[in-house]
Amino acid sequence: MKYGVRARQFLAVVLVVTAVPAMAAWNNPYPAADTGKNILYSAFRERPKHLDPARAYSSNEYEFIAQIYEPPFQYHYLKRPYTLVPLTATAVPEPKFLDRQGKPLPRNAPASAIAYSVYEIRIRPGIRYQPHPAFAHDDKSEYRYHALTERDLAGRYTVADFPHTDTRELIAADYVYQIKRLAHPRLHSPVQSVMNDYIVGLRDYAKTLKQAHDKVAGGREEGVFLDLRNYPLAGAQEVDRYTYRVTIHGKYPQLLYWMAMPFFAPMPWEADRFFSQPGMAAKNLTLDWYPVGTGAYMLMENNPNRRMVLERNPNYHDERYPAEGEAGDVEKGLLRDAGEPLPFVDKVVFSLEKESIPYWAKFLQGYYDRSGVLAESFDQAIKFTGSGDTDVSDEMKEKGIRLLTSIAPSTYYMGFNMLDPVVGGYTERARKLRQAVSIAVDYEEQISIFRNGRGIPAQGILPPGIFGYEEGCAGVNPYIYDCVNGQLRRKPIEAARKLLAEAGYPNGVDEKSGKPLLLYFDTPAIGPEEKAQLDWTRKQFAKLNIQLVVRATDYNRFQEKMRKGDAQIFIWGWNADYPDPENFLFLLYGPNARVGHDGENTANYQNTEFDRLFERVKNMDNGPERLFLIRQAMAIARRDAPWLWGVHPKQFLLEHVWVANAKPHNMANNTLKYLRVDPALRAGQREAWNRPVAWPFVVVAVLLVGGVVPAFIAWRRREKKGATE
Amino acid sequence: MIAYIIRRLLYAIPILIGVNLITFALFFFVNSPDDMARIHLGVKRVTPEAIAKWKADRGYDKPLVYNTDAPGLAKATDTIFYRHSLKLFVLDFGRSDEGRDIYYDITNRMWPSLAIALPTFLVGILVYVTFALLLAFFRGSYLDAGGVVVCVVLMSISTLFYVIGGQYLVSKLLHLVPISGYDDSGWLAFKFLTLPVAVGVVSAIGANTRLYRTFFLEEIGKDYVRTARAKGLSEARVLFRHVLQNAMIPILTGVVVVIPLLFIGSLIMESFFGIPGLGSYTIDAIHSQDFAIVRAMVFLGSVLYIVGLILTDLSYTLVDPRVRLE
Repeated sequence: MKYGVRARQFLAVVLVVTAVPAMAAWNNPYPAADTGKNILYSAFRERPKHLDPARAYSSNEYEFIAQIYEPPFQYHYLKRPYTLVPLTATAVPEPKFLDRQGKPLPRNAPASAIAYSVYEIRIRPGIRYQPHPAFAHDDKSEYRYHALTERDLAGRYTVADFPHTDTRELIAADYVYQIKRLAHPRLHSPVQSVMNDYIVGLRDYAKTLKQAHDKVAGGREEGVFLDLRNYPLAGAQEVDRYTYRVTIHGKYPQLLYWMAMPFFAPMPWEADRFFSQPGMAAKNLTLDWYPVGTGAYMLMENNPNRRMVLERNPNYHDERYPAEGEAGDVEKGLLRDAGEPLPFVDKVVFSLEKESIPYWAKFLQGYYDRSGVLAESFDQAIKFTGSGDTDVSDEMKEKGIRLLTSIAPSTYYMGFNMLDPVVGGYTERARKLRQAVSIAVDYEEQISIFRNGRGIPAQGILPPGIFGYEEGCAGVNPYIYDCVNGQLRRKPIEAARKLLAEAGYPNGVDEKSGKPLLLYFDTPAIGPEEKAQLDWTRKQFAKLNIQLVVRATDYNRFQEKMRKGDAQIFIWGWNADYPDPENFLFLLYGPNARVGHDGENTANYQNTEFDRLFERVKNMDNGPERLFLIRQAMAIARRDAPWLWGVHPKQFLLEHVWVANAKPHNMANNTLKYLRVDPALRAGQREAWNRPVAWPFVVVAVLLVGGVVPAFIAWRRREKKGATE
Repeated sequence: MIAYIIRRLLYAIPILIGVNLITFALFFFVNSPDDMARIHLGVKRVTPEAIAKWKADRGYDKPLVYNTDAPGLAKATDTIFYRHSLKLFVLDFGRSDEGRDIYYDITNRMWPSLAIALPTFLVGILVYVTFALLLAFFRGSYLDAGGVVVCVVLMSISTLFYVIGGQYLVSKLLHLVPISGYDDSGWLAFKFLTLPVAVGVVSAIGANTRLYRTFFLEEIGKDYVRTARAKGLSEARVLFRHVLQNAMIPILTGVVVVIPLLFIGSLIMESFFGIPGLGSYTIDAIHSQDFAIVRAMVFLGSVLYIVGLILTDLSYTLVDPRVRLE
């Protein structure tokens, strides 16, 4: 009987353990109540530093604020090449050109004749802001939260602690207000210096605001509201309730691209007033933390140390999924939702995931809807087909995971410091040395080994997708590649050796001094994980018998070397701000040199002819003439070889079968509104993939008991023996 | 005892000044205010004017410790060190270089740290003492010998292995708990904390069990234990009633001192398990070269360590009546 009871108890335990698989997933990191809801789950690795549209500039910041703030224009989601379309504006305006006397000029007027370009932007009426306490009024129609005292603020630490909210219509003045904020002395907008050169009066406006701010502040460091409506700016003016005008110096077509970035999103003065009250900043209640926009989503939870949550803006205006795209979009199902109102997803949950292992595991468990491909899990996720193309592995295919790829409008290059006495300069000797090294450093191999094939070797400064980039033999760099049967083939190492000998370094020895050629590679990569890459780089130079000395240093010292021009060879990169060749060609523009100008021309390249061509190209509209000049500029740069040109990275994105409408877009950041998820399918898959397995713990418990019991029996024997003796 | 505590607190002042000075010197030896500005302003389109403005707004445009241009006392006070470090002594942590209130962040982020550190600490103590007592109880048996071998093996393994192995086994293969994350509400909190607590406990089992076993065995060999046995007390009673109590002093030495430091959190565990505590707060600040947070956290750590040492001394009087603090 006794054993019968124990047997039943044991059976009950076994039943519980075996019943476990039938229960819901234990490892679900989200509340059970959210299962089946229309939520998109994503992750972020690095917390955003700024959410103020005047300050944010990084991709991890745009990931959030681009869903919230709406500049007048946006990129078409499906069309390629990247095309600007209106967002809150009624149209993408054509600029009016004026001469110095303010007289109109024709559309085709030469850039040199254009003194001013005027953009008049009309926005759509009826667009409303997200609900926010900054707009809330009390019974007397006064702003409820615009004159808060210390007592009023007691116990309020987030925007959610202000129970009353309201909204108001978006007006043109909000856009003007934000343009003025770019010059605000407390904001340090990263584009102020660029815009100073273009927006009429902005440079002086910054000084005006500084004086005004100091006067209003009266020595206070916080709680200072500078009402920018009282300080007019010549270059940004409200025309009527729904129209504003931006006037810039000269011709600068790229301004429209800038105006598709959050820097030019609207800012309601009420929000600025609300967050500028004394005591708000001390509670971390700032515009930099709590965005206020008209976008498809609003930030409902901002805990960048754990989770950030966007929710559908209940006041979002009518915007529809695009009805046309590029060839192949219909076949890919990207136009199934054509004409449907946006957004599709009710909520987006971003979880902080610093480490790659848990990030990847959660994606495979179905707890993240989309994922990049990490280097450590590349082999698990991706396979190469016979034709050399990439596809998801069989394991991923079984789960229904899809792969999306795109070439990023970015470039990662190895640069020569043109001020360096050995590798720099514009003599034939230095030029041939650089060309020889350019041939020797095999970027095809580098992409294969260190990037798992994710990238294409650059032929020049422009990446694919940017006007002026040319595919195949038309865009070949003839100093590094040969075009053989329509295919690009890196020149043999013998060609590099020949160039090196012509440069005066036969077999890697300086014929003047008789000493081996010693070059220096400056890098902030000091971790063990970079060792393989550094070894590979040394090996590339060793092909020419050149000894490469790696001068690894910390990030700050490396930056200092670059600023002072003390580096010799280095690696750098650039991500496009907008899809225009000017945004890449300026990386080699002389007046933009790092040394002396603190510019982005890190190689300190200076070629008068290149600079002249750049100055012509930068303000031109795309067309045959611009392409012709770009080709000329590229030919000069390729010959001078200030860079090894490097790699344009290829981006891989994995998504689960329940995600629809995803199309990689390397310019637009406000793309979450186009995505659709199937929550029911996701819930089913998650449950199927995450059945708990508890039996190993029963086994471990049995083994532990099995180990302790004999010892206990032995001890009892010993005790009894001791007592009887 | 009160005089003793006051004396110890007064000793703490020069220690904290020293810690502050060393932190300041080390930080600015590696980073200049210009470097800090560049990190905060990003890598694209950073102008010298923007850097100058950033430094001026945060007071980093002053000399580090001595202002030759300032008159009188201002030579010492109109400096980065004075403006940024001395306020810590009144627990005014000020603003981070990003502009956030550090005190608010600390009071928010210490709870996740505590949520993981406190259970790890308590469960750990219970497990280590139990295992050590078990080994001492079965001393000389195969269980003792095997246990010691297992302890040596366990203590030879890196904590990272436990973290990654635990995540792989428990979350990825067995699907028992979420692999990472944090939530402070009820059942979800329990799910998130189970694995980091278990990993925290298991990763220290080897070293602590072996250490405590040594303490127990040392006590077991003493005369009073022999006397207890001679009185006819059972081995269990001898161990739990006498040996455990007397072995508490060396155990307390290592244990009480870490109690205040539980607030500071664990750098590795918080990073790998996505716990938004003070450990990850410190790491993030170091990465972003946020001197304001780094100095605040180092100062807080020093204060808590000193408090821990005082508490250790006090705890001696509780477990050993012979100890008097004078």
